[in-house]
Amino acid sequence: MNDMSAPVTSGIETFDCRVAFAETLAELARVDPRIVVVCNDSVGSSNMNAFQKEFPERLINVGIAEQNMVGVSAGLANGGFVPFVCCAGPFLTGRALEQIKADIAYNHYHVVLCGQSPGMSYGELGPTHHSIEDFAWMRALTDITILNPADPKQTRDAARWAAQANRPIYMRVGRFKVPAVTPEDTVFEPGRALTLREGNDVTVIATGVLVSCALEAADILASRGISARVLNMMTIAPLDEAAVLAAARETRGIVTAEEAIITGGLGSAVAETVVRHHPVRMRILGVPHFAPTGSASFLLDHFGLNADGIVTAATELMA
Amino acid sequence: MSTALAQPGDTSSLEARAARLKEIAADIRVSIVNTIAGPRMGHIGGDFSVTDILVTLFFDIMRTRPADPEWAERDRFILSKGHCSAALYSVLATAGYFSPDLLSTFMAPLSVLNGHPNRRKVKGVEANTGPLGHGLPIGVGAAIAATISKSDYRTFVVLGDGELQEGSNWEAAMFAGHRKLSNLTAIVDRNRLQQGARTEDTNSLEPLGDKWRAFGWEVHEVDGHDHAALLAAFEAPRIDKPRFLIANTRKGKGVSFIEDRVEWHHKVPSPEQVLQAIEELRAQ
Ligand SMILES: Cc1ncc(C[n+]2csc(CCOP(=O)(O)OP(=O)(O)O)c2C)c(N)n1
Repeated sequence: MNDMSAPVTSGIETFDCRVAFAETLAELARVDPRIVVVCNDSVGSSNMNAFQKEFPERLINVGIAEQNMVGVSAGLANGGFVPFVCCAGPFLTGRALEQIKADIAYNHYHVVLCGQSPGMSYGELGPTHHSIEDFAWMRALTDITILNPADPKQTRDAARWAAQANRPIYMRVGRFKVPAVTPEDTVFEPGRALTLREGNDVTVIATGVLVSCALEAADILASRGISARVLNMMTIAPLDEAAVLAAARETRGIVTAEEAIITGGLGSAVAETVVRHHPVRMRILGVPHFAPTGSASFLLDHFGLNADGIVTAATELMA
Repeated sequence: MSTALAQPGDTSSLEARAARLKEIAADIRVSIVNTIAGPRMGHIGGDFSVTDILVTLFFDIMRTRPADPEWAERDRFILSKGHCSAALYSVLATAGYFSPDLLSTFMAPLSVLNGHPNRRKVKGVEANTGPLGHGLPIGVGAAIAATISKSDYRTFVVLGDGELQEGSNWEAAMFAGHRKLSNLTAIVDRNRLQQGARTEDTNSLEPLGDKWRAFGWEVHEVDGHDHAALLAAFEAPRIDKPRFLIANTRKGKGVSFIEDRVEWHHKVPSPEQVLQAIEELRAQ
């Protein structure tokens, strides 16, 4: 793919979460013999070449067979291993959806499903290769924790936590180069939103690639006299309802932003929460339908998934 | 370059037909190189291994009307290994489904020529493919549709050999055998490489022909770069079974530095390599 840096990050140093993820997995495997990698002809595309070299026995490549891949992972978990399933997002959550439901979630196996190159990062390859439905699909299953790290630190922390969490987990491993948004001294807390900026006019709840856009949007809004709170919602499920309700009570509206289909994702989760407890004006930013052809950054801009789009939505809420 | 589709009732010898197809295939490979050189994206290895199969089907075997792509009696073609869209697009453009000028928009923003074929946007494309393991079940349905509607069109599905690791193919194979779909032909582009390694080192397929025979298929094995052999296999008298063609091919066929190298699954030639590739193809 040509241009993998997010549109908002020109001039800022950016990092590849896939590298952070692969390094962390190798570190974990060195001390924890239960950790294995399962993949679908995706050793290279998941950055697992080094892992395979170091732990040839512990990398199980099932070939191009994703349903089998997830079923095999359930069996490995049954045998005492902790499988990290490394597969392109669309062919993991979508292709093996029922295996994820029946074999992983319903059995409550400790399997870490790692959706590589999620969202629209395979822009030009088209909607078959976009993983934008993953939040909706995984949210529909009970028991699965859904993590969407925003930067390399969160990716590392999420992988470390997942290795010992003893439960089913789905996490995105981003391909977009992203700036570091998480302060180095932050303690990782799954299920908790991270407040990256305080504010009392409007709240922007963002996840993944969109977090840095939300910070940029908050700067622009501040220059216009609007004080925006920014939450990094790394955990999509279970949602940090307390943080959402505080935002609903303490600010005049909520903008959500995610690189995912609008139906059923973070925005839906937030809306379901506020509508039950404290209805508040909302704007849900996401992907409305199958995307046209174009690079990942082109598509984010095309759908207004950038700082300008967030600023516009927040300004509308303040009107 | 001779781009005319073969006329029904063409009485040319097999050799003459094969020679004509060989010429077209050389042009198609050049077109593929040019198509992926622009966006610097694509799947050149699999494009080149499947080119001769596509050319034989589209420029001789299949009953088509490029000017009327939805013609109900057309033969159906499904490229199940949809990542090789550059080869399909080059063939469709050359066959007259759309202007060859469009190829320069391959994977450009808002282009209809997406990285994987899209039937809602591109004339001549029967099914959206890209996730592997979808083409054969759709082909089985199209073949059943022909039998129910008493139509005599044929359905052709091209599969990757790595793609055969997907279980959906075996469900479809079992059902096609059960239904004795003699109007269905599946062709596997047996280049023995998948994305990351050789198929036989990843999840082996052999004995491939025996597996399909056991599922009730008639099996032919041919050199997938020999147009005369492909023509003969497609034209073999039909028996009451679906037909499986093992087309032995070379991934990257036609360019020395690409042929049979796993890293060329989706590597893109540099500008100098583009020139060298075109030179080699022109010399053949
Ligand atoms: C369901 C699914 N899993 C994984 C992929 C990623 N992928 C694209 S091409 C490819 C290798 C295909 O190998 P093969 O079928 O042999 O095709 P060829 O070598 O002829 O290009 C893979 C794994 C995909 N497109 N779909």
